[in-house]
Amino acid sequence: MLRFLTRRTVAAAVTLVIIAAVTFFLFFAMPSDPARLACGKVCPPETLAQARHNLGLDQPIFVQFLEWLAGVFVGRDYEGLGHCSAPCLGYSFVNRAPVFNTIIDRLPVTISLTIGSSVIYLIFGVGTGVIAALNQGKALDKIASVASLIGSSMQIYFVGTLAMYFLVFQWQLIERPRYVPFTENPLEWAYGLLLPWLVLAMISTANYTRMTRSTMVEQLSEDYVRTARAKGMSGRTVITRFALRGTLSPIATIFGVDLAVLIGGAIITETTFSLQGVGRLSIQSVVNSDLPMLMATVLLAAAAIVVFNIIVDALYAVIDPRVRLS
Amino acid sequence: MTPITPFLSVQDLHVSFQTEDGIVKAVDGLSFDVEKGTTLGIVGESGSGKSVTNLAILGLHDPERTDIGGQVRLEGQELLGADRTTMERLRGNRIAMIFQDPLTALSPFHTVGRQIGEVYRKHKGASKREARERAIEMLERVGIPNAKVRVDEYPHMFSGGMRQRVMIAMALVCDPDLLIADEPTTALDVTVQAQILDLLKDLQQQTGTAIILITHDLGVVAQTAHNVLVMYAGRAVERGTMREVLGSPRHPYTWGLLSSVPRLGTSVDVPLRPVRGTPPSLINPPPGCPFHPRCDYPELAGPELCRTQRPEISPDAGHGDACYLTLRQKTDLRTVAHAAQTTQTTQTAQTAQTTHIKDRA
Ligand SMILES: Nc1ncnc2c1ncn2[C@@H]1O[C@H](COP(=O)(O)OP(=O)(O)O)[C@@H](O)[C@H]1O
Ligand code: SF4
Ligand SMILES: [Mg+2]
Repeated sequence: MLRFLTRRTVAAAVTLVIIAAVTFFLFFAMPSDPARLACGKVCPPETLAQARHNLGLDQPIFVQFLEWLAGVFVGRDYEGLGHCSAPCLGYSFVNRAPVFNTIIDRLPVTISLTIGSSVIYLIFGVGTGVIAALNQGKALDKIASVASLIGSSMQIYFVGTLAMYFLVFQWQLIERPRYVPFTENPLEWAYGLLLPWLVLAMISTANYTRMTRSTMVEQLSEDYVRTARAKGMSGRTVITRFALRGTLSPIATIFGVDLAVLIGGAIITETTFSLQGVGRLSIQSVVNSDLPMLMATVLLAAAAIVVFNIIVDALYAVIDPRVRLS
Repeated sequence: MTPITPFLSVQDLHVSFQTEDGIVKAVDGLSFDVEKGTTLGIVGESGSGKSVTNLAILGLHDPERTDIGGQVRLEGQELLGADRTTMERLRGNRIAMIFQDPLTALSPFHTVGRQIGEVYRKHKGASKREARERAIEMLERVGIPNAKVRVDEYPHMFSGGMRQRVMIAMALVCDPDLLIADEPTTALDVTVQAQILDLLKDLQQQTGTAIILITHDLGVVAQTAHNVLVMYAGRAVERGTMREVLGSPRHPYTWGLLSSVPRLGTSVDVPLRPVRGTPPSLINPPPGCPFHPRCDYPELAGPELCRTQRPEISPDAGHGDACYLTLRQKTDLRTVAHAAQTTQTTQTAQTAQTTHIKDRA
């Protein structure tokens, strides 16, 4: 396990540096000038040159990248702007603050969204999938499959906008979604995010229902499930201890991907419900040409995927003893 | 002397499945008895209804898709239609089953100790520790070396033969009265096959459990069974003691099966393609004798009869078969069939030998 984790962490770090380099060089090619942003609206050429120098933009690109990379580990001083302590992912001239601080500010919103909705869709999705599989071909199964078809054809901006319009504004059943930190008031936290959670979960539940149903149906016809019945295990034990066990790996796979994508920023959800999470941040940074910020959000999304990949792979070995970590 | 109540008695068993293509009559009026301490070998080509029969005894068919009729009595107690808890209490406890492929039949997610122990806990109310100790004891009994260590290993860490031993340990953990072994050696190589069969025989001598041994290999039957039931298209076509059925077989189908075995008493696994033609459809079975489209002798027995009327196996015990040929004809024809078999046998044996050598090379 330790060897696996070490090896994968190193590989992950290398991957992230490569992704950082690629995004860095790509953005460098974009027709935007951070120095001009830093310098402000009225910007005489001398000041611009000075700003360029202060930001290190007069250096060759790979030197700039190395400086950026060093900043991640040891922090960095921007002349005239102040110190950006490690991990310094760059300095945003739009917010006039280190990029990292803004991300850390926004991350709890996104994480809260992710946790809440994923708990809901995991429970409902797997639950209905199991029920559908156990009632194969019967009414419950058909209802579940129609429901998941409808669910999966929905779009967040559509359902979300409708929900906002009717539930919040027309009928005033629930207050406008807002973010209250969990540490401040857990109940308010849950209440404030309930609507986005439900909408987000509604879209994803269908995937889990379908996936759980199909693997569960396969599992139920497995020889070892028959053996379990042949040795007198009760119906419930057969399902929970044996059949369900075999569906865990595929569920972990899609769950890992979904979590990673959500952490990287639930762009549409956050926009629909006006929540200030990482997803909105990335959109805003595109609009504002805030390259350091944009690059940091891209890196965050990449890091989420890389990290969850490792977690899922480790989980496989926990779930299935035939899987050997290497 | 037959006892008044047989230990296991299957009477006029019918099993059919509703499928998209129609109703599959997998078992169609099958009767047999099994006594304590004896082994009944059920033989027949693949698809003849052997597994379906035994899953029906254990009540393992999906009730929604399966119609089952007839009687299955264990010491007089009716099992067909018994309620769920009764059956759950019986399975793994009084009647245990081992399956063909021990790799897929064991759960990949649990240690063998746990899989053996949980049967013991469920039926005997044992504690975790007792169950574990019992699992170790069982593993030792079925000849798994180093059982104390291996009890905590997973099935994939065992070889095929060892896995089947684990299956047997699991089946026997509650000292069942009846063990159903569905092709227990088919997935194993020849030397391991013999070991597993010996193990089953030894265990039977120690515990007196009745065994139903399903196989398509008459060599296996010759080695282990006291009685034999030959199945064709969901019916019994011949029945008797092992000596009767293998020594003086009466049904043309049994002759066909026998000609696939190189030498009686060996278990060299020659692919079973003994009888020309293919097994009949179970959805629209041919009228008359189900074997007539593949049989060489309707002319002798009376073609009208063979084609229109179903021959029944004699209901009383003893050597019986379902064929219209006279006993005299059967004896004569068998001799001819045997002669033909001898030539074929030499060839098959040679082929087997060559394949064997090729495998080694
Ligand atoms: N669950 C099922 N649904 C439909 N047909 C089945 C089912 N199980 C078995 N059969 C059919 O019943 C026949 C007998 O099968 P089986 O008892 O497994 O044969 P075998 O003698 O090889 O063990 C086969 O034709 C098989 O296709
Ligand atoms: S009854 Fe007729 S068709 Fe059937 S096995 Fe005997 S001879 Fe052949
Ligand atoms: Mg079978």
